[in-house]
Amino acid sequence: MDQSFLKELAAIAGAEHTLTDRESLAVYGYDSTPELESRPGAVVLPATTGEVARIMALCHGAGVAVTPRGSGTNLSGGSISFSGGVVLQTSRLNRILEIDEENLTATVETGVITSTLHKEVEARGLFYPPDPGSMNISTMGGNVAENSGGLRGLKYGVTSDYVMGLSTVLPDGDLLKSGGKAVKNVAGYNLNDLLVSSEGTLGIFTEVMVRLIPKPVAKKTMLVHFPELEQAALTVSRIIAARIIPATLEFLDRVTIRCVEDYARVGLPLDVEAVLLIEVDGHPAVVEEDAAAIRAICEKHRCSFFQTAGSNDEALKLATARRVALSALARFKPTTILEDATVPRSCIAPMVKFIQETAKKYGLLIGTFGHAGDGNLHPTCLTDERNRDEIARAHAAFEEIFDAAIAMGGTITGEHGVGVAKKKYLPKLVGESGLKVMRGIKSAFDPKGILNPGKVI
Amino acid sequence: MDYEKLINCMRCGMCLPHCPTYRETFLETASPRGRVALVRKFQEGELSVSDRFLEYLSLCLDCQACASACPCGVNAGELVAEFRCEKKDGEGLSFMEDLVLRRLVPHPDRLESSMVPMRLYQRSGLQRVVRKLGILKMFPAPLERMEGLLPQLPGKPLRRTLQEVTPAKGEERGTVGFFLGCVMSLIFSEASFATVQLLSALGYRVVTPKEQKCCGAPNMLAADRQGLEAAARFNTELFAGYELASIVTDCGGCGAELKKYGHHLHGDPAALEFSGKVRDISQLLDANAERLAPLLKPMDIAVTYHDPCHIAHCQGIRQEPRRLMQLIPGLDYREMNEADACCGSAGTYNIERPEMSDKVLGRKVANIRKTGARYLVTGNPGCLLQLKKALAEGNEPVRVIHLTELLLWSMNGTAPAP
Ligand SMILES: Cc1cc2nc3c(=O)[nH]c(=O)nc-3n(C[C@H](O)[C@H](O)[C@H](O)COP(=O)(O)OP(=O)(O)OC[C@H]3O[C@@H](n4cnc5c(N)ncnc54)[C@H](O)[C@@H]3O)c2cc1C
Repeated sequence: MDQSFLKELAAIAGAEHTLTDRESLAVYGYDSTPELESRPGAVVLPATTGEVARIMALCHGAGVAVTPRGSGTNLSGGSISFSGGVVLQTSRLNRILEIDEENLTATVETGVITSTLHKEVEARGLFYPPDPGSMNISTMGGNVAENSGGLRGLKYGVTSDYVMGLSTVLPDGDLLKSGGKAVKNVAGYNLNDLLVSSEGTLGIFTEVMVRLIPKPVAKKTMLVHFPELEQAALTVSRIIAARIIPATLEFLDRVTIRCVEDYARVGLPLDVEAVLLIEVDGHPAVVEEDAAAIRAICEKHRCSFFQTAGSNDEALKLATARRVALSALARFKPTTILEDATVPRSCIAPMVKFIQETAKKYGLLIGTFGHAGDGNLHPTCLTDERNRDEIARAHAAFEEIFDAAIAMGGTITGEHGVGVAKKKYLPKLVGESGLKVMRGIKSAFDPKGILNPGKVI
Repeated sequence: MDYEKLINCMRCGMCLPHCPTYRETFLETASPRGRVALVRKFQEGELSVSDRFLEYLSLCLDCQACASACPCGVNAGELVAEFRCEKKDGEGLSFMEDLVLRRLVPHPDRLESSMVPMRLYQRSGLQRVVRKLGILKMFPAPLERMEGLLPQLPGKPLRRTLQEVTPAKGEERGTVGFFLGCVMSLIFSEASFATVQLLSALGYRVVTPKEQKCCGAPNMLAADRQGLEAAARFNTELFAGYELASIVTDCGGCGAELKKYGHHLHGDPAALEFSGKVRDISQLLDANAERLAPLLKPMDIAVTYHDPCHIAHCQGIRQEPRRLMQLIPGLDYREMNEADACCGSAGTYNIERPEMSDKVLGRKVANIRKTGARYLVTGNPGCLLQLKKALAEGNEPVRVIHLTELLLWSMNGTAPAP
């Protein structure tokens, strides 16, 4: 990179927060996506919106690409700079600016860690529901950019359902403010919704205002064992068909159960085909009623064991065990290739079955877990990146799984984003006209194409 | 270095929020995920070992909070320590290391004599004069920090005064060996004496073999494999000479090291047996909770607990000390935030990397003070040294004590002196 450019960059964020040494660049070349890596030309960690704006203006002038990065935990290669440009890490933008208990909003800088916000608002009896598995490290900016979901998505929705306002630094350094505290707002295009899930390609979020809700008074966490996989999957659809919306309805298959138990030791059974982790919350009477109805449905579908968490601690342990499922799968093999195929809820059973058959057909070890209540599954292939043949088979298998998901009326990614990893599948899903509109939006925001180039479209 | 272990890291980042140095810097190079990547990239030939490369790795406290957090079973802290050890292996020991590790540490007598001048220094009042005049400011910074950490030394090291066999009080329930850590004996002899009294009160006959040597942890730290293995072999043989149900230590650091003797001596059966018998004092006391509880008298104090890395992360012991404290009637136990976060002591880290150590310590102190407790309980001499100094300052001092001191106070019904 040009020395005078780097000097100017360092003048904005401070030399201490501008990294160009070999070692730093080497470790900013990856995120949580398997098989993808590329070194940036520099890394910068600004501390204020003003610094972000000046950095963007500088890069815009110099024609240098910028890739935003929160904690680098996304699973689609979104925070990797493939053009040797600047990686802009938002971690130092980490202040909680306001928790407005009258309007039920929280305004935070985008480097704030998701679970930090949870703790702050819950201490006030409030609730910010989106809780991705990575919530203890993912940033709010990353959540907005990926429109992250979580374990409570079934009842409470995903990040976009909570974003009320954004401060976004545009590629040329201008600041765009969208949305605000007014609950109703139809002035012009809905820019918030356009920006959510833009994966760092339209602007850099520096502040986000989210909607809060009252914290549910009661909750009940249940763990149900199933000797038959299909019965577990059917149970998911039946619970929803019975007009019960649990906060959480998570599915883990046998392979996943073994890995999770190996790490978390929470007493998961090793001899069943699947477990469901179910959580209902709300008014105590409703919670009791829902739990009883769920139990009846599970029993009808031949569950072998139905456990209700006795304490908050126990419930937390079970939920935590589920949250680390992906990482725990990595205990088995060096490489885990995980997908994010999502189908309508009624198709969970055929989808799970299809995944198993495909795994067998290609001779692969695939563990499946996921937000079953949302129809969002994470079939995860346990492999070794050095085994090129197996890797090729894995990719072929996933191609079939995607096709099946689309055929069932589903999608290729429910929450992990397109990034570069899913880019080639996007046309299949959105079609030529979809791509055309997306390209138009991109060039309206970023005519020079310097913001996170090569991603999504 | 085992390449398989390196590639098992899937880069999910679950370790990042648990790493004290990442929390302070937000830098990938200062995170467990980044350190594993650095070592991996060296192995793959992408990076070479430069001063800067080693500088990044040496920022690791080796607190192993990352290991507790890692769902894939990668121990980044240990991998980094092993790597630094391998890199140093060829170099041999420096003059100072040779002096300390070969001529001093393995010889308890010499180690104890070396403390005599220190004791004189304190008793004669010279320490007061030196501190007042700020004479140490004229010397290199590490010396000043070391001096500052030193608390009031006991009259005599415990190893000198404790008999080899302490009989059980009342009906005898078995014999346990006591591994008396060097720093415990030299500086925190009161706590270790409390340990022995508690064991005896619970009906254990306590054997403290006089010839025992340093556990070898300092050798490990200095990448001195030879010294480490010698220590492991010596202690294994020594304790094998007694009929012991278990081997108890009240030093978290020693405990973690002793439990690895089997590994250090490459699966040697005697060493494995030794390691299998090692218990942190909190484990043994907790196992006897039913018999301990009736012996404890009420205490009207607010207490919080700091998990030493060597106890929580290296040995996986978290609940035992908490349960024990809460056996004391009337005691107001308050859990602090991030109780299992490192205090920044980390062996000699607080002397080698003072700037980062102070940041990590600052966060710890703030979390302790937030509880409002006037007593901090912990179980490792490094933490005791580091936190005693930090918490004595300010107008609301917090008293730092070992778990066994608290329990003995309660057993004896002695109200702690302010
Ligand atoms: C173990 C594990 C579990 C996971 N569980 C879930 C889950 O349950 N649900 C889910 O949805 N995801 C999950 N993820 C994926 C990932 O954690 C989320 O996508 C998360 O939101 C990423 O946050 P981050 O801070 O790490 O962002 P990064 O990975 O750093 O960045 C993600 C994308 O956002 C962009 N970006 C980041 N910050 C900004 C900003 N301030 N402005 C503009 N663009 C920005 C980046 O350019 C990149 O394209 C999981 C990942 C792991 C490793």
